[in-house]
Amino acid sequence: MAEAAAHHDEGKSQYFWVWAALLVITVVEIVLAYKQVLDPLHMLGVLMVLSIIKAALIIAYFMHLKFETPRMKFLLMASVTACLCLMCVFFADALRVLHLGVK
Amino acid sequence: MADAAIHPPAEAGAFEPPFLGAYSKKVGMWLFLLSDSLTFGALLFAYSYGRLSVPHWPTPFGAHSIANASVMTACLLSSSLTMVLAVLAARRGDSKWQFNWILATMFFGTAFIVLHAMEWAGLIHEGLRLPIFAEPKGAAEAAGELAQAAQTVPQFPATFFGLTGMHMLHVTIGVVYLGVVALRKKFIPILLGLWLVGWLMLPADSPFKYGIHVLLLCAVVAAIIVWLRPKVYDAHDVEISGLYWHFVDLVWMFIFPLVYLMSTKI
Repeated sequence: MAEAAAHHDEGKSQYFWVWAALLVITVVEIVLAYKQVLDPLHMLGVLMVLSIIKAALIIAYFMHLKFETPRMKFLLMASVTACLCLMCVFFADALRVLHLGVK
Repeated sequence: MADAAIHPPAEAGAFEPPFLGAYSKKVGMWLFLLSDSLTFGALLFAYSYGRLSVPHWPTPFGAHSIANASVMTACLLSSSLTMVLAVLAARRGDSKWQFNWILATMFFGTAFIVLHAMEWAGLIHEGLRLPIFAEPKGAAEAAGELAQAAQTVPQFPATFFGLTGMHMLHVTIGVVYLGVVALRKKFIPILLGLWLVGWLMLPADSPFKYGIHVLLLCAVVAAIIVWLRPKVYDAHDVEISGLYWHFVDLVWMFIFPLVYLMSTKI
């Protein structure tokens, strides 16, 4: 672990690359919003995929989770992903409300 | 017997390594961030639920709002870069650059807060407000598009201000946290000065007239911490504060597309 920490401290260039990648992805998102080339559903899908990529870059490099132990990586990411996925159960109800026209 | 009590046991493995392979403060911050991600997750899901269940969801963000939010995003991303550079400087014991990079992070964070507050003020002026707040006197904008949207779809201002307000609060606390790590006791009078100036200068009908008291609360909490447990914050403390800051950045990576880019009026 100490070796890994020492290794990833050697160059700061990787952080500039990650920062540049995050900016480029953000620009892509903004261009998509301005051009309005996709219908809302596809737009949502593309934006969510890009956001998850950005989140993964931030967590892995800026928050250094990439350099933590496999146990820590798995416990943290599995638990938060499971909890957030469980919240999706409410979307079925939102669609039901929409179809029923409940005010 | 006394010797046995003083000397550490000689056998290998007597001291168990930490379960997650990290020091306890870092694990503690990660667990806090996990719980906080569920808070923001719930707010984002509430916003999405409202959007799904309401047929005519307002799309009030024009080109100016998107440009403003894009600059805010760039500020947060740049602040994450300066923060990680501060962590690197702290690890190699370079206190001067650690201080400089933390100040740069605070600058970008403050720029984000100011831009966000200006955007809020513009939206409120155009009539987007919570139903519990009365219309301003002689408001000509009451018949405007945003005022109509706020009345017909009250879920929009409720979830928009709830979500972005919670995030703005987190960024504010993050700037204060970094200020305490960088300046320790010296930051308390600066914070109190900012609170006093803000409180006196803000107009009475501004929501930030009340919101500025967050700085007073932060000053009291920070004062208690730095006086009860004075210390020079080391590389671990800088790394922990960096984890919090990156999390604030991470949350915005979902708010920006979901709230702004999906509600454009271009």
